[in-house]
Amino acid sequence: MDKSKLRLFHTTREVEMHFDSFLDTVSQGGIAFRSAIGAYLDSAGNGDLVAKLQQLNELEHKGDELRRQVEHELYTLALIPDFRGDVLSLLEDLDCLLNVMEETMVAFDIERPAFPQELHADLRQLAEGVSMAVESTVLASRAFLRDIQSVRDHLHKVMFYEKDADRASDKLKRAVFRSSMPLAEKLHLRRFIDAIDHIADESEDVADWLAIYTIKRLD
Amino acid sequence: MDPTIFLYLSSGLFLGWSLGANDAANVFGTAVASRMVKFRTAAIILTLGVILGAIVSGAGAAHTLSKLGSINALGGAFMVAFSAAAVVAWMTIVGLPVSTTQAVVGAIIGWNFFTGSVTDYSVFKTICATWIASPVLTGFFSYFMYKGVMRLLEKSRIHIIRLDALTRIGLVIAGALGSYSLGANNIANVMGVFIGANPFQDFHAGVFEFSGLQQLFLLGGLAIAVGVFSYAKRVMLTVGTSIAPLTPVGAFVVIIATSLVLFLFASEGLEYALASIGLPTIPLVPVSSSQAVVGGVIGIGLIKNAKNIKWSVVGRIALAWIQTPVIAALVCYVFLFFLQNVFGQTVYNPSEYRLSEQALVHRGEADDAKALSGVVGKSFATSGALKNAIDKALPDLDAKAVLHLVDDSLVEEITVDPAKFKALEKLNVIEPVRLEALRTLSGKTFTYRWELVQALADATPEWKLKEKTVLNKPYNKEIQKDLDLVMDAYVAKMK
Repeated sequence: MDKSKLRLFHTTREVEMHFDSFLDTVSQGGIAFRSAIGAYLDSAGNGDLVAKLQQLNELEHKGDELRRQVEHELYTLALIPDFRGDVLSLLEDLDCLLNVMEETMVAFDIERPAFPQELHADLRQLAEGVSMAVESTVLASRAFLRDIQSVRDHLHKVMFYEKDADRASDKLKRAVFRSSMPLAEKLHLRRFIDAIDHIADESEDVADWLAIYTIKRLD
Repeated sequence: MDPTIFLYLSSGLFLGWSLGANDAANVFGTAVASRMVKFRTAAIILTLGVILGAIVSGAGAAHTLSKLGSINALGGAFMVAFSAAAVVAWMTIVGLPVSTTQAVVGAIIGWNFFTGSVTDYSVFKTICATWIASPVLTGFFSYFMYKGVMRLLEKSRIHIIRLDALTRIGLVIAGALGSYSLGANNIANVMGVFIGANPFQDFHAGVFEFSGLQQLFLLGGLAIAVGVFSYAKRVMLTVGTSIAPLTPVGAFVVIIATSLVLFLFASEGLEYALASIGLPTIPLVPVSSSQAVVGGVIGIGLIKNAKNIKWSVVGRIALAWIQTPVIAALVCYVFLFFLQNVFGQTVYNPSEYRLSEQALVHRGEADDAKALSGVVGKSFATSGALKNAIDKALPDLDAKAVLHLVDDSLVEEITVDPAKFKALEKLNVIEPVRLEALRTLSGKTFTYRWELVQALADATPEWKLKEKTVLNKPYNKEIQKDLDLVMDAYVAKMK
């Protein structure tokens, strides 16, 4: 068979693989973030948190690299000319999710917010909601690339988990400000609750854009 | 060799340039406009495809240039090609896709009017039918095909990148095949009129043989390629983006729908295949790829949102279709006047038309001999004059029958020269039985062309045309092709 034809399919497979790896990385980032929060709450300062942080950091780097690679391939091979802009924006937004998760965990490590024991369950629930929102966003993005009709099936879940995260964050903030801890500490904890909730908001923003890209593709 | 032939050839090259610049959009317009294939890539594929098609398959088609058959002076051929080229070039500059064939037909009608030759007005009917049938049929096909393809894609869950690669390959393959047929079918339009005055000699190098005709067609193919590279992008963008926005899959569907319509409604091969297995045939409809591709884009635009279709652009294109043959005819008429009266060039060689009683018998019009007695045996300088005389004598005679009688009345005095047998043998196309029959007529002279055809049919049944049926069409076509070769050898087409 013609070598160039083989090369064309080879390149197609490679780009497909890079796309999938990137989405895997974002998805793993969501899971790593949730377990990093768990590790922080379980025993702040121990080696487990350091390992989780390291993992998130690596995923963030890997995500950056894969995003750059896919962007480079999309441009140099002039692929999907009609949706290239949309796909590039989607990649940027998903990569941004990874960055925010990593930054939040780094802030946890540096600032060491002291969450009282009675808030741990709610904080875990918030992290769980955020992680699920990220996961649903990744699933919706995968569907956008492979199975456009089922994008909506995942998008509504993102909205659901975001609302869930909002509720959990509200509950946490009320509990914090009702407690007797000093105001500075309250504000400190609120900043972290907001930072975690912000990841779910970001996921929702990605999902909103994805809904528009989907309408464009189905048009 | 007369060096002025190259001056005359220049208008053929101009027509080639116009064809390349305009008709390339039919093949690659949607692919380039949807940014799936780079213009440079498309231009290279087009160039190779057109040149290959022109050299390999063009030579076969060029002998059946019945449309151009009546032009008998190089000056006339020059102006016909030039007028058609000028109109197509103008349409290209304003970015409108038009049919080069229709421009050539329009220019020939201009020549007919100027020289007083007969025009077969049924050609107007054919062209008008093309304007409607081509876009409507292709629009219909692309509408339903696109819906089907989209449904299939939804189910197949192909990755967006894989779909991109498959669409790209599909567009390139369809484009390459389209380029080949563009070269094969249109080189006759570009260079056909100059076959009779071909300045190139056959070239041999061992087993490699490059005939003069192939060299002429290579030149035409190169002219088309220059047209593609220098100016094709504008019309491509009109087809692919100005009418309605088109996705890559849509671009592919348009090309496939266009090819399918040409195959189903213009393919005698398919008609024969269906008839030979006892199936009803699809009626042959005059279709043109320039017009079909526009219909295809509109069809897809209608699925997405009819409001997306820029009807003003569609209107401009439709107007350009009507203008093309009309303006080509006018331009040709006016320019022929200048060429003849200002530059003193021969645009028409006087012929003699003389209706014979035998021709009436040959055509089955013997009953009309009495009514036409005033016309029979009389000489007319133009086919138009003879037609008028027949019309006057027998106003009720069917227009087609009149045209046949006029065709049969051209005095050609064909002598079957034995010296030309060798050249005909060398073509290696005409069957030996048929050549043998031609040999038996050696040295004889025939006043009319039909007499030679009749004599050949009397000599062997191999030269006899069969009854006009779908199944006999390919056989009759083959005989007609051989007859054209014989006539090319014995009748000086161009002076």
